[in-house]
Amino acid sequence: MANHSAEMHEHAEHGHYDPMANKIGMWTFLFTEALLFGALFIAFFVYLSTNTGDFLDCSSELNRIMGAINTVVLLTSSLTMALAIAALQRGNKRLSLNLMLMTLVFAAVFLIIKYFEWSHKIHLGIYPKSELMVNRAQGDQLFYGLYYTMTGLHGLHVAIGAVLILIAMRKVQTGGVHKTKFSFIENVGLYWHLVDLVWIYLFPMFYLIGR
Amino acid sequence: MNTQVKTAASSSPVPDYIRASKGIWSWLTTTDHKRIGLMYFVVMISLFVAAMGMAVTFRLELFSPGEQLFESDIYNRLLTLHGVVMIFLFIIPGIPAVFGNFFLPIMIGAKDVVFPRLNLLSWYCFVVGALIALFSVTLGGIDTGWTFYVPYSQKTDLNVLVPILAAFIIGWSSILTGINFIATTHRMRVKGMGFFDMPLFVWSLYATGWIQILATPVVGITLLLLVFEKFVGVAIFDPAAGGDPILFEHLFWIYSHPAVYVMILPAMGVVSEIIPTFARRTIFGYKTIAYSSIAIAGIGSLVWAHHMFTSGMVDEARIVFSFLTFFVAVPSGVKVFNWLATLYKGSIELRSPMMWCLMFIFLFSIGGLTGLFNASLSIDIHLHDTSWVPAHFHYTIFGGAVVILFAACHYWWPKIFGRMVNERIAIGTCIGFFIGFNLTYMPLFFAGTAGMPRRYADYLPEYTIYHRLSTIGAVILATSILIMIINLVRSISKGKIAPANPWQGATLEWTVPSPPPTLNFTGEPDTSRGAYEYPVEVSDG
Ligand code: HEM
Ligand SMILES: [Cu+2]
Repeated sequence: MANHSAEMHEHAEHGHYDPMANKIGMWTFLFTEALLFGALFIAFFVYLSTNTGDFLDCSSELNRIMGAINTVVLLTSSLTMALAIAALQRGNKRLSLNLMLMTLVFAAVFLIIKYFEWSHKIHLGIYPKSELMVNRAQGDQLFYGLYYTMTGLHGLHVAIGAVLILIAMRKVQTGGVHKTKFSFIENVGLYWHLVDLVWIYLFPMFYLIGR
Repeated sequence: MNTQVKTAASSSPVPDYIRASKGIWSWLTTTDHKRIGLMYFVVMISLFVAAMGMAVTFRLELFSPGEQLFESDIYNRLLTLHGVVMIFLFIIPGIPAVFGNFFLPIMIGAKDVVFPRLNLLSWYCFVVGALIALFSVTLGGIDTGWTFYVPYSQKTDLNVLVPILAAFIIGWSSILTGINFIATTHRMRVKGMGFFDMPLFVWSLYATGWIQILATPVVGITLLLLVFEKFVGVAIFDPAAGGDPILFEHLFWIYSHPAVYVMILPAMGVVSEIIPTFARRTIFGYKTIAYSSIAIAGIGSLVWAHHMFTSGMVDEARIVFSFLTFFVAVPSGVKVFNWLATLYKGSIELRSPMMWCLMFIFLFSIGGLTGLFNASLSIDIHLHDTSWVPAHFHYTIFGGAVVILFAACHYWWPKIFGRMVNERIAIGTCIGFFIGFNLTYMPLFFAGTAGMPRRYADYLPEYTIYHRLSTIGAVILATSILIMIINLVRSISKGKIAPANPWQGATLEWTVPSPPPTLNFTGEPDTSRGAYEYPVEVSDG
């Protein structure tokens, strides 16, 4: 009885380590995230079909170069994140930390570029309820409404992902996450890939449909 | 509450989960699924009583035509708050949050859910959301109805953002619970228990979990869009900026229809536990019931636009949605027939949980059958936005999910608190409820077909008789419920000590002491008996 309940006690206090459960939990959470953006995608495509001309015009106003750079940056960051996990699984802590640091740098570059894009648009007077905006075509208002909402929400996800990577680095440093116990960093990686995946859709939807 | 409970289990060496530790702090920081379930219950049932009070108040206003107690503006606010509290704060967390939390791990032979701390976090999300929602009352309340339809919610005052934010936060509580239950069901089953050995309540929670994680984010983001539009001025639904209010309705109902299955599926699971126990007979068609839960979750995700037959939609879409709505009634019907077949030739014992279940079958069938009228395109054009609709959905949600929540209270109370509930009073309140319920809502069907609109504070004199009956019914209904709650609470200190298995149930929770110890099982869970293998011989009963 005694040894039994000691083991059970351990479980109740800390929860036991079950990487499979963590993975199921993360995947179901990712489904949630996908549907969160899914509703926005529906809104985008509904309005694209009702305001096609305006949407194409506005799309041409976005800076494709910056968008393309950001796409490359995020894709590469997914690679470095995946490599960081692989490195840790092979027991190379140093390399893993360095790769995560690179991922963080990419995340920062992405957000900085995004910041310049937004502030340029706002500088031009293109933002919700601005004098310029309310006098433009209805489709333009919808396009930019969705642009700010969706890229903003995505940017927020990038920021959250970056914080998670920071936590993962800390855990690797202190040894909480290591060669045989890597569920946490694996899940952070999954999250980061989702953030990347969402952008892979946002980029053509907003930047590439124009003339 | 913890000091008064002295139980049969007090002789056992391990203290039960209530007496395991003392003080309010030990509750607020607990990761014990049983305590979390109870904490949900306390918050939810208080909110339920408050929202019931609002309903009785606005029913009194409707006792006669013209203005009795307050003007129509107050009516709108009470009605909205009633709807918001009942839906978002009471019945959406509902059975999963209370009884799912408490019994899912025990029923699969586990010591806890797989993510205990996440479980506590969902409770805090819920409480914070509830507090924010109640805070809106101090700002003067809101008057949009619980559906927050645009463009009205964009025009009314800014307060509307408060309950919207609350609903958003509570959504996360629901999602986290869903994730937890799905992972728990996959990973925590005791050795040797396959999916088809699980009790049907677990199956229903599992299906519910999928709806929670797949549908909730859609309404979450939609509510967030409302906030962005109203607060930041982002153009999304505003027709003046080219937006489409009907898009809001679609996104809202993509969640809010499946949400009715979040309410009813777990209830159906509870019925599938109670009926075999009191019929002493194995459940008829175990697999069909399990699969129909999944089918309901699946098909139920494809019927949302039946709330919008009059909103403006192409005919082809309306026909498809009408058809699918008829179709989703099939798996529900399957379950009802399975329950009836289980009862057939069973040796039925009419205890209070069973009474509530039989009442459920009756009321829910009325709710389901009247739903088919709404599903028929041409008839719905006439019935839409009449008092037929509140009558129909109270029969399903209230007569369905809430009645079973009450059934579950009576069924599992001895396990949760280790005390028996006074059976005579329980049966009395059950009968009072039945009379009050039908008197409240049956007349609203008739008033609705005669053209009485819903959400009106006033009406023409020819509807007086329906409203009088309904108001009298509401008073009887509310009184019965209050007595029922008092009876339940009283039993915690005054009830007879409950044995481990008072009903001769066959599922695992009846093999552990009442109340269970913190880690549920004192030894290995006894899996030698199937979940529906009767009869059960009870030694200490
Ligand atoms: C004593 C109990 C209750 C009474 C007397 C009651 C009465 C009513 C009545 C008469 C209406 C329609 C008012 C109108 O359209 O003008 C209504 C609306 C509503 N009730 Fe209840 N109800 C009760 C319990 C519940 C429960 C348990 C739920 C759900 C779990 C619920 C959910 C709703 C909702 C969602 C609405 C619609 C609000 C709106 O139109 O925005 N009610 N209630
Ligand atoms: Cu529906």
